[in-house]
Amino acid sequence: MKLTKLFKSAAIGLSASMLAVSVQAADVIKIGAVAPKTGALGGGAVVTQWPNVELWSKQVNAAGGLDVGGKKMMVEIIEYDDKTNPGEHIKAAQRLAEVDKVDFIVAPYGTGFNLAAAPIYAKYNYPHIAVSAISDKMPELTARYSNLFFTLGNTTSFSESVVDILKDMRAAGTIGNRVAMVNVADAFGIELAEAARPRLKEAGFDIVYDKSYPLGTPDLSPIIKGAKESNPDAFVAWSYPPDTFALTEQAIIQDLDVKMYYTAVATCFPAFVGKFGSKINGVFGAGGVNQDSPDIQAYFKAHKDITGKDADGWASANTYVSLQILGQAIEGAGTLDRQAVIDYIKASSFDTIMGPISFEDQISNRFWTVGQWQDGKFRGVKSSQMAGAAPIVAKDGWN
Amino acid sequence: MDIIITGLLLGGTYALIAFGLNLQYGVARIMNLANGEMIVLGALAAFWIFVADAISPILTMLIVAPLSFFGNWLIYRFLLRPLVRRAKNQGQLEVDSILATFGMAFALVGIMVSIHGEYYTYSYLAEPFEILGETFALNRIVAFCFAVLIGAALWLWLYFTRTGMAVRAVSVSTEASGLVGINVPQLSAIAFALGGAVTTMGGTLISTFITLDASVGVVFTMKALIIIIMGGVGDIRGAIVAALILGLVETAVARLIDPGLTLAAAYAIFVLILLFRPQGLFGRKPS
Repeated sequence: MKLTKLFKSAAIGLSASMLAVSVQAADVIKIGAVAPKTGALGGGAVVTQWPNVELWSKQVNAAGGLDVGGKKMMVEIIEYDDKTNPGEHIKAAQRLAEVDKVDFIVAPYGTGFNLAAAPIYAKYNYPHIAVSAISDKMPELTARYSNLFFTLGNTTSFSESVVDILKDMRAAGTIGNRVAMVNVADAFGIELAEAARPRLKEAGFDIVYDKSYPLGTPDLSPIIKGAKESNPDAFVAWSYPPDTFALTEQAIIQDLDVKMYYTAVATCFPAFVGKFGSKINGVFGAGGVNQDSPDIQAYFKAHKDITGKDADGWASANTYVSLQILGQAIEGAGTLDRQAVIDYIKASSFDTIMGPISFEDQISNRFWTVGQWQDGKFRGVKSSQMAGAAPIVAKDGWN
Repeated sequence: MDIIITGLLLGGTYALIAFGLNLQYGVARIMNLANGEMIVLGALAAFWIFVADAISPILTMLIVAPLSFFGNWLIYRFLLRPLVRRAKNQGQLEVDSILATFGMAFALVGIMVSIHGEYYTYSYLAEPFEILGETFALNRIVAFCFAVLIGAALWLWLYFTRTGMAVRAVSVSTEASGLVGINVPQLSAIAFALGGAVTTMGGTLISTFITLDASVGVVFTMKALIIIIMGGVGDIRGAIVAALILGLVETAVARLIDPGLTLAAAYAIFVLILLFRPQGLFGRKPS
């Protein structure tokens, strides 16, 4: 009885506050964001995705909002946790469109989620500027969905860049032909390993160790021991966050003495250098950023000041850029009409912290592919059309 | 030799995961689906205190254990005891406790995300340690030693003390042990609280070598379930043996055949044991 009363008063309170919001709604741009806070991808999204949503919206509002056809409008973010569950994501996306009636959305986090949610965002014609989505299917998808944009690159370019680094280092005489390659047995790891295998062979490398391991393997020391026994010159792992940490810890303990060591996702995370300190000097990882760019430095500082967290050395900046593009497109189109904003994105070049970005068939070809830890900073060393790549250094032990 | 030692170390980790649930399910009859979250909670404590004050996770473990004991005692007393009281039979209690602890798991995940949503990763004793010319991780060896200590302490307590005997009696039959004058509600509460404390200690130890995050608990709950069902519900020796078998088999498969098959091998053994000894390695046949 008591409980029912409590619920009733809570419900009344809630609807009253919602009423208050809808009164002001005319001057507010509502932007919905669905991404994981819990579940398998939660640990990554709270580093790369969520802080940038917070940072961008606070900066926009601190500047008085976005200028929409001469009228300043504040942005309001409506957040849902998709629990790293595609079903939950679709439900939340539907809710954003039907119940919250948001004007725009922030793209989902993770390749699978961007692909799974593309139809629903297309149905409501939201500009969908995907960031953390790497796939070779991008041209097919953009042909099908006219509202969908890609910014972080494709599988081919990520594996090609790693092979390019191996070639560069072989040409410099740093390494020989022996490459150990492992991957997490998951769509991402399998796709990248399959893309890399023929390219390595074509370039004349010997893949002396080639194994996969299930996601969540509690002990990866057998992998590192196996790789070490194969006596490789280079070690490449298409790995996910927990295994990126675990493989590197084992590589240090087993003293896997390679001149080239690469782990994929999360190598660029602040937690990676936080855990290993100077030991990971020379480690390569997916992503990268131009640490010398004043725009990026200002962004890193604002990120730390406003969210209290350090940005990562890769997709953090891209995520922020995607929001800059959305904001500039709304201002440029001068309206909240989604089709007009989509058309504006397709036709324009955007001035971002990563330099000018424009889209060719809805795909941006300016992105980093490989970075390297150099004296405590994760610097971009290979990219597609990005300026400011740092020279590669050879890994010199785990000290 | 390398495979045996690596396998034993992994087995020790698995034992740490399963000890607590074994007590909670075997004695207190609570199928605690929030077991994994208790592990993560222990890991979070270790990570948090280590990053803030560089305090050794071993020390954290000693602080966390009594806190967890008390917390789990409260959970049992106020959340689970009413379920036990109203349950007409074992089956109903199992369903109720699964639902209640499932909900508790979500609440715990939410709390942990709000404290620290990122990966709990830090470096503690990540140093090489040589045994017979092979290199192993020192943090895994330390965790293994504690697993041995905890296992031995539990075994001594269960088999050589009066309370331990009473606990074993409750695990055989709650009704019969009540009839011979054992305070079943009190012992169940102690077993549940102790189970929770051991689980949290396992979490702090595991966090020194496995990167956890707030949502990863369910993976550990699954492993723990497999181990206690393999070993025989309520028998600490069974949990130890099952954990070691699992560790050895997974390591052997990873080294000799293919790391991709470790999960398949673990489940194959699980199925074989269920087929040929459904009550578990050390379990009693239902009479």
